[in-house]
Amino acid sequence: MIERVFREEHGRAVAVLVRVFGDVDVAEEAVQDAFVEAVRRWPSDGTPPSPAGWIITTARNKAIDRLRREALRDGKQAEAVLIGGGEPVVDGGVEDDRLRLMFTCCHPALGLQARVALTLRLLGGLSTVEIARAFLVPEKTMAQRLVRAKAKIRDARIPYRVPEKAELPERLSGVLAVIYLVFNEGYAGREELGGEAIRLGRVLRELMPDEPEVLGLLALMLLVESRKAARIKGGELVLLSQQDRGLWDRGLVEEGQALVRRCLAIDRPGPYQIQAAINAVHSDAATAEDTRWDQILELYDQLMAVAPTPVAALNRAVAVAEVEGPEAGLALVDGLDLGRYYLFHAIRADLLRRLGRDAEAAGAYAEAIELTENPAELAFLKRRRRGLRV
Amino acid sequence: MKLYALNMIQPVGDPPPPEVLDKVMAEIGEIRRDLELEESWVFGRGLHGPEASTVVRLRGDECVATDGPWTEGKEHIGGITIIQVEDLDAALKVAARFTKATGLPIEVRPFVGEV
Repeated sequence: MIERVFREEHGRAVAVLVRVFGDVDVAEEAVQDAFVEAVRRWPSDGTPPSPAGWIITTARNKAIDRLRREALRDGKQAEAVLIGGGEPVVDGGVEDDRLRLMFTCCHPALGLQARVALTLRLLGGLSTVEIARAFLVPEKTMAQRLVRAKAKIRDARIPYRVPEKAELPERLSGVLAVIYLVFNEGYAGREELGGEAIRLGRVLRELMPDEPEVLGLLALMLLVESRKAARIKGGELVLLSQQDRGLWDRGLVEEGQALVRRCLAIDRPGPYQIQAAINAVHSDAATAEDTRWDQILELYDQLMAVAPTPVAALNRAVAVAEVEGPEAGLALVDGLDLGRYYLFHAIRADLLRRLGRDAEAAGAYAEAIELTENPAELAFLKRRRRGLRV
Repeated sequence: MKLYALNMIQPVGDPPPPEVLDKVMAEIGEIRRDLELEESWVFGRGLHGPEASTVVRLRGDECVATDGPWTEGKEHIGGITIIQVEDLDAALKVAARFTKATGLPIEVRPFVGEV
């Protein structure tokens, strides 16, 4: 119970306390203290009627106690903060607080890694140890990263505010990029992050329900997530075309598709919405053969018009290969400068294999194998390579 | 309110020709006037190049002055503006105006404490 409340309410509680005390560290420690208190008291006293309210009130009192102790010790420095701390904490601004905190954590003045770590720590309630493990860095490194990021927020006075309208699109895309990065880490094998990214995406949707890219990102994540159970079989990656579609999570598919339809109705397309739409076309196909590649290609053309990245061009080449044949796809792939990206080589290898150019395909598989560490991907690539006649 | 230093990062070398520089200086003047109106302006000036600088350091118990900057670099601080604004976003907005006017990167660095 406390675990669940912690996951769901940590971000909200920290966000409220940051507003009240104007300091991320004070807020974070106070919320931590409040949860410790909950672990101690709830089992015997019973869960309070409003667990979130209890946590926020307790955290506020803890923070005031702490600041008072420090004020006694250091003189009067904390007085100003204490005056602020006297404000009522639970009011209508709570939702806005979480949104403010998201924009603070994802501020462009912070390094990308710091943004991701802060978002997971403060909004997701993940511990430093969990975040360190997820990003394969030593705990000490992650702890330092978080300390430095919080110090910068304080010292450079990064504001705790939703950006004004003129800045909003750019700043919002920064927030979405952080959430999507967390999601992709989950996709790459660190599963707990996939769920966390979706949770953050849902919170953001709740807070900004009319921003189509917010809906688009959530839809994209849900549709990709819906195929999770089908994506790996016997420790090996299964391509979309080979997946058992009965294993797709229909609930997630429907939720994602409903969001895509809502985006279409709003009619302000953006990169996440278009990628979600592409995934929705895949989800629509009862079998791989039924896939409407013509629609997918059209969507990739749209994506290239609004966000022409090399990775988008690579994915578009895959669609071209389906519509016009592997030769046309390969010509596009070969024009891309993505030699450091394992999927570039994996896709190239597959197109060469389909063209019967097995010797070249073997070379491309070798390059792909060199560039990935994911065991499921490795198993797949190696089996494919074994199937070549060389 | 918070104080920020906006350090203009300038490449080592000759300044641009007068017809370019005049336009830049006029734009910088305009930014200054706006900042003064908003009561954000504290101080601002261009710096001579590093070849004009002298370093004083301790050698044993004695202070010695020597020629040149303390570190050689391809870039140096060409000018400093100090502004007093609400938060980093406000400072970044001012820095963006300077960057647009000069084409040069600006380092935005907070001073310690509040004003």
